[in-house]
Parts: sequence; C-alpha cells; structure tokens
Amino acid sequence: MAALPPYATTGQRVWWYGFRVICGLIFFFLIAPIMVIIPLSFNAEDFFTFTPGMLALEADAYSLKHYDDFLTNDDWQGALWNSLRIAPMATFLSVALGTLAAIGLSQSHVPFRGAIMAVLISPMIVPLIISAAGMYFFYSRIGLQGTYWGVVLAHAALGTPFVIITVTATLVGFDKSLTRAAANLGADPVTTFFRVQMPLIVPGVVSGGLFAFITSFDEVVVVLFMGSAAQKTLPWQMFTGLREQISPTILAVATILVVISIMLLTTVEILRRRSERLRGMSPG
Amino acid sequence: MSPTDATATGGLSAPTREVQAVKADNVDSRGRLLAADGTPLKASLARALRQEKLRAFMLVAPLLLFIVITFVAPIVDMLLRSVDNEIVPDTVPRTVSVLERDFDPASGETPGEAVFRALYFDMFLAAEAKEHTRLGSRLNYEQSGMASLFRSTGRRLDDMGDTYKDPLEDLSTAWDEAGYWLTLMAGPEGGAGATEVAAAARARVLTLADGDLEGDTDFVPGAEIAEILPTTAAAYSDFAMFASLVDGDDIAEEEPWEAVHAALAIDLENAETLQAIRGYDGPGAVLLKETAAKADTLPPAELKPAFIDADEDWGDPANWQVIARYSGAYTPGYFLAAVDMQKGAEGIEMKPDNEQIYLLLFWRTLVLSVTITFTCLLLGYPIAFLLANLPMRVSNLLLILVLLPFWTSLLVRTSSWIVLLQQQGVINDTLVAIGLIGDDGRLEMMFNETGTVIAMTHILLPFMILPLYSVMKTINPSYLRAAKSLGATDFTAFWRVYFPLSVPGIGAGAILVFILAIGYYITPELVGGTSGIFISNRIAYHISSSLNWGLAAALGVILLGAVLILYWCYDRIVGIDNVKLG
Repeated sequence: MAALPPYATTGQRVWWYGFRVICGLIFFFLIAPIMVIIPLSFNAEDFFTFTPGMLALEADAYSLKHYDDFLTNDDWQGALWNSLRIAPMATFLSVALGTLAAIGLSQSHVPFRGAIMAVLISPMIVPLIISAAGMYFFYSRIGLQGTYWGVVLAHAALGTPFVIITVTATLVGFDKSLTRAAANLGADPVTTFFRVQMPLIVPGVVSGGLFAFITSFDEVVVVLFMGSAAQKTLPWQMFTGLREQISPTILAVATILVVISIMLLTTVEILRRRSERLRGMSPG
Repeated sequence: MSPTDATATGGLSAPTREVQAVKADNVDSRGRLLAADGTPLKASLARALRQEKLRAFMLVAPLLLFIVITFVAPIVDMLLRSVDNEIVPDTVPRTVSVLERDFDPASGETPGEAVFRALYFDMFLAAEAKEHTRLGSRLNYEQSGMASLFRSTGRRLDDMGDTYKDPLEDLSTAWDEAGYWLTLMAGPEGGAGATEVAAAARARVLTLADGDLEGDTDFVPGAEIAEILPTTAAAYSDFAMFASLVDGDDIAEEEPWEAVHAALAIDLENAETLQAIRGYDGPGAVLLKETAAKADTLPPAELKPAFIDADEDWGDPANWQVIARYSGAYTPGYFLAAVDMQKGAEGIEMKPDNEQIYLLLFWRTLVLSVTITFTCLLLGYPIAFLLANLPMRVSNLLLILVLLPFWTSLLVRTSSWIVLLQQQGVINDTLVAIGLIGDDGRLEMMFNETGTVIAMTHILLPFMILPLYSVMKTINPSYLRAAKSLGATDFTAFWRVYFPLSVPGIGAGAILVFILAIGYYITPELVGGTSGIFISNRIAYHISSSLNWGLAAALGVILLGAVLILYWCYDRIVGIDNVKLG
C-alpha cells in the first residue's frame, strides 16, 4: 500500500489513485463542515451563508461583529462564565476519583473487577437522554435539580469513565518493580505515589482530565434537564440559539470552540506520544 | 528471627523444638512452611493477599460510591418510576379499598353509594392539598377526559357539602362554630381517645402534603364519639390534621370543611347511630341530641347523584373500570403504552391504529441507527485501511483529521450541518450557482431523515474509524503479500485474507456507533424535523412538555435495555478494558 510498485498494471494504477481520491473525499467530508463555519463567522451580514461580497473577497463583506456580539452580549457571557464555573469543578472531581480508582483497578488482585469496571464505565455507555432523565427525576427528589452542585455532580459522573480509561492505559506498561524499589529504599506509600508513580502516569491523568473537561464543557443534554436558567452553559445557549434561529453569533462561538478543540487535541496528542516514548512503546 | 521465635508460636514442647531447630528452621511440627514471623506461610500469604485486595478496593471505593449515588441510583429511580402508580392509592386510598371490595368492573355498571362516599372524602382532602388534578392527569394517560373530570368535580365539592351544611346551620348556628365542633369531636379524654382514627388521618395528610409542613396538633377524636359518628370523626380528623399540619392553623378557630357536615349527615341517616346518640352525654351532647331528633329534616345523604350531577362522566362505567384497573401501587400501564398497547376490558390489547406511535418510532430509531452505522462503516473502512497501511509519520498526520471532528463540540458540528444543509444554505447555494438545480428546486436536506443521517454519520464517523484503525494496525502486511505470491488477485487477497482479519474491528466500531446512535438526542432534535427524530426526542418531550414522566421512564427503560444488551456484546467482543480514546 505504501507506494505504487513500478510493475503495477494499469488497473492497479487506476485503483491506487482512485482509492486515494475516495479517501480524500471522505477526509473532505470529515473536515470541511468544521472549516466552513470559520469564514462564515466573519460574515458582515446576518446570514448563515456566503454572500456574493464574501465570495468576491471584498474586505467590507467581512467583519468581526459576531465576535463583538459574543463578547458584549450578557446572555453569551453569562453562559460562558457558567461553563467555566462548572467544567473545572466537574473535571477536578472526575480526575481525583477516577485516578485513584484506576490505580486500584490496575492492581493484580481486585475483587469483582469485571463488575466494578462495568459499573464505572456505564456513564459513558448509557445514552445521555436516559442519564439525563434518571438524574432529573432523582435529583429533583433530593433537591439538587437546578443547582450548581447538581450539574457538577452529574458532569463529574459522566467524565470519570474517560479518566479511568486513559489512566488505566498508561498503567498497562507500568513497571511494578519501580514502586517496590522505592519502598525498598525507604519511601512510604505516599512518597512513592507522588515521586515515582505519579510522574509516570501524569500524561494519562492530564489527557483523562482534558476528556473530562471537554465532556462537561460540551455537554448539553444533561444540563438542559438538570440545570435551571442560572446554570445556562455555552452549549445550552447554542442549542437554544440553533432551535430558535436567533443570530450568527453562534458561528463566532463555534469558531472559538473549534480553536479550543484544536489546542486540546494538540495537547492530548503530544502527551500521548510523550507517554508512549517514556514507556518505550512507540519508536516515534 | 531465630528458630526459637519461629517455633514458640507453634506451641511445641522443648525437646521437639530442638529437633525442629536442627532439621529446618522454617517448617513447623506438621510440616507446614512458616513465614519469617512464625505464622504458617499459607496463612501469611493469604493475609497479604487479603490486605492487597482490601487496599485495591479502598482505592476504587470512593469512585464506586460516587457513581452509585450520582449515576446508578438515578437509573434505578427511573426503573421504579416506570412502574410506579402510587399516586392513585395515595390520593384516593379509601376509594381504592372500597372499589376493591364492592365493585366488579366486569359488571358494566357504576359502583354503589359506598364508593362515591369514599371518593367524596378522598377527593375533598386531595382537593384541599391540590393533588386531585395530578391524579386526574395521571388517569388521563389511560383515558382521556379524566383530567377535566377531576378538575371540574374538584370545584363542586364545596357545593355538595353545602347541601348538608346549610340545613344543619338552620337547625343551630353552632354547627358552623369551630369551637363547638372541636369540643364535640375531641371528646372528654384529650389525647387518649380514638388514636387509630387520628393516626390514619395523619398518615393520609402526610402522604398528600409530601413533607411540606407548617405546624402540628395533638388532636385525637374522643373514643365514644368516634364510635357513634365514625364517618364524621374520620372527616373531622382529616380536616384537623390538614388545617394544623399543612396550613398551620389553630383548629379551635377554623370552621370545619363542608365535608365534615356531609359526614355528619351520612352518620345521622343510620338508625343505630340515632339510638346511640340518645345515650350519649359527652361534651356537646345537648346540641347533637337536638340535631339527631330532627335528622329526618336533613336532605338524604346520597352522594352518587350529586357526583353525577357535578359531572355526568361519573355515571360512565368505563371511567370506573379505568380507575379500578389502575388502582394498584404498581402498574404495567406505562410499559404497555410504550409499545402501543393498553389494558382493555378483556385484558391487554393493541391500541387503535390511529393512536399507535411508539412502535413506529422504535422502528424508525432502529432503521436510522442501522443506516448510520452502515454509512459510517462504508466511509470509515477505507480511511482506516489507508491509515493502517501508510508510513507512521503520514498516518499520524492524517489521524489528526479524524481526531479533530472527534474533539470538536457536538453543537459546533451540528450547527455547521445546519449551515450547510438548509434551504438557503451553502450546499443548496452552491448547487444553484453552478446550475445543477434551479432556484425553485432547492433540495430539502434538513428537517427530515436525510439531515439526521448525514449529520450523525459525520458526528459518529471517528468512533468507527478509531477501533477499525487499531485492529487493522495489528494485521501483518506480509499475510497479504503471501496471498498474492500464492497467486491471489488483489481483490481475492483482500477479501479472503485481510477482510476476515479486520472483522473484530468492524464489530467493535459498528456496535459502538450503533449504541451511540440509538440514544442520540441533540442532532435529531435540531436537524431531524418530524420524520428524522428518534425515541430519545420523544422521551425528552414527555419529560419537559407533556410531563408524563412514567411513560418517559418506561420508554427510557426499553431503550436502556437495548443498549445494555449491546454493551454486553461489546464487552464480549472487544472487552470494555480495551476501549481506546485517541
């Protein structure tokens, strides 16, 4: 597959190029929809499509007015602020509990390992609408529905499976004799954890944390049911905006979110490769 | 550690100890190996293992507890809610028990006076607590018209009581004095009277009030008066408990409800009661005797005609059959409704054709999810194949193109599809601009199945590519070369060698995409219109708009069951530990 051999027949050549064209089209399908909103967000008109001026690359067909609206509109700023209040707290809870649990699960003798794992991963598998429905019923019973902590707890529960999966993955190649050596040299379990184990699993913890953060930051179904107006997050505001067709400000917000996801993706990729290199699992 | 220490714990006598010490210093008299501290090695190892297990479990425990409380408990709560019917026995407890005893739903007749009497007192209390409309809405899911029946009757309950209150007041104005009623009903013995009557009333009020209390009372009806006037004592206790517990009023100052007067009229119809009153000389006996003597001037205590007069639907046996059928604390009703069935007069039956929607919706969810899974496979397989067979450096770069959509907010991707697909959107504009379609022939790609399938394929494609890629990466390329050198054509080599090896990846990706697809809510809601929506959208509708939470829960449980079966398959095929992200 790597390169076309010199002895390839015409049919093979056609297929070789044809296959690459097909793959190129599929990549286009994957990326183009995300990229198309970036120029549209600079539209000077309140349209969701390209104006003739934009296509002719006229400078005055482009403007920053949608970004300006995002930065000055109280609804959007309130939603941004709510997202920034909820996501870090939910991430903190997920990472703290998830990391401990992943370390526990990676030990050689865990009673009921399979059952525990199934329960801990279930928030990722159960459809969000069902989680949202159950949480809405249950949290309104115990008075947490429509509160900051209700949303934070719900998001933390949804984020933990990602932390468990990423941290467990880094622990797979973890050499147990390192902790034994530390203990042998007189380190107590806490010191061993922070000085020996932690530095090695940090990439997994950070990417798990980023997953948990993006889970909470992007989450809309649960917060729609669980939250009240005081917990209106950015995705919620976008959802209402899309449903009621209010303004192209959504495109400006979307562009900002795309930039954020590119940054997160880069961080996670760098961490993953660093971790694999450290543990000698990958040549690159 | 000396051999002496080691054997001392074994409790051996001195001579044996010496022999042991010579023979081996780590074996006890029964030949068991000993650990360094002298305990048998087996026990010592078992203890170490136990400690290790405990330590591992203690690390997992906080999260396990957290997930059980914040996630598993809500799901269990939803399971219970899908069969919960407590609102009926909680709101009209006496009616339910009298119906069970006196009413035969198969008879095709309306129940007798006793049921209507029980219903009157239940309804009166429920109406004070404003719970009768909730019961009406609950029964309305089973039979339309029930909500308005309960609402309209709730407004007429006072009038029904006035029929008896007014003549009683004509006999003596004391009958509308709070003080006289309290003296009469409380009896001479204070808190030691008919405690079971008070306790029953308190329980009914607490159930209805749902924990929202303003005050308390130590009212207990007198034992003797409760025996002579049982209906009145119960009705007055309802009033006393509700007025003091929920409203926080002083019952010595509150005029009793009309229901209490109606209860007195009911009691006074009974000849034995009149007889007993003649022999009664507790507090308030004088006026009670005077009234009892003129009992025949009171209007006849018939509540059945009064109810039918308030709303003729009470005379419809079908309504009573529904109440009797749904009077238990648990009901399969929501589950039946979720699969377009109902409990009819002759057992379980399909709903009329024009009321069937959920089976169609489940079917559509299934069809659309399968379509989306299939298109994801179709688009994902070539990409995964390409990525797995390119040099590491190139494939890592291309992998970014797969991961970027994966990391991009769901709402961002949905909004871009709205921008692209709508009638005045980018795709239609482009097609018109290049003249492929006319301006009046713009394609309808949104608010229908097409929109849902296109947008969701895009959103779920990374979930297909990543598992496929991780399986294909492990397929040794020399297998293909071997097949070709043995004379297979490119296609045969792929189809007979490569494809079967990639099947685990197809299984993993397909199940993952399918699980995610059947529970999707946001994207179908925004681009699906009416024909492209899933069962999830109906669940959301029942939670936030129609407020039929029981049905929402039942639909949710069915969907959850389907997902859990798939989850189990996924665990069997891939192993949940092997899920990889990015």
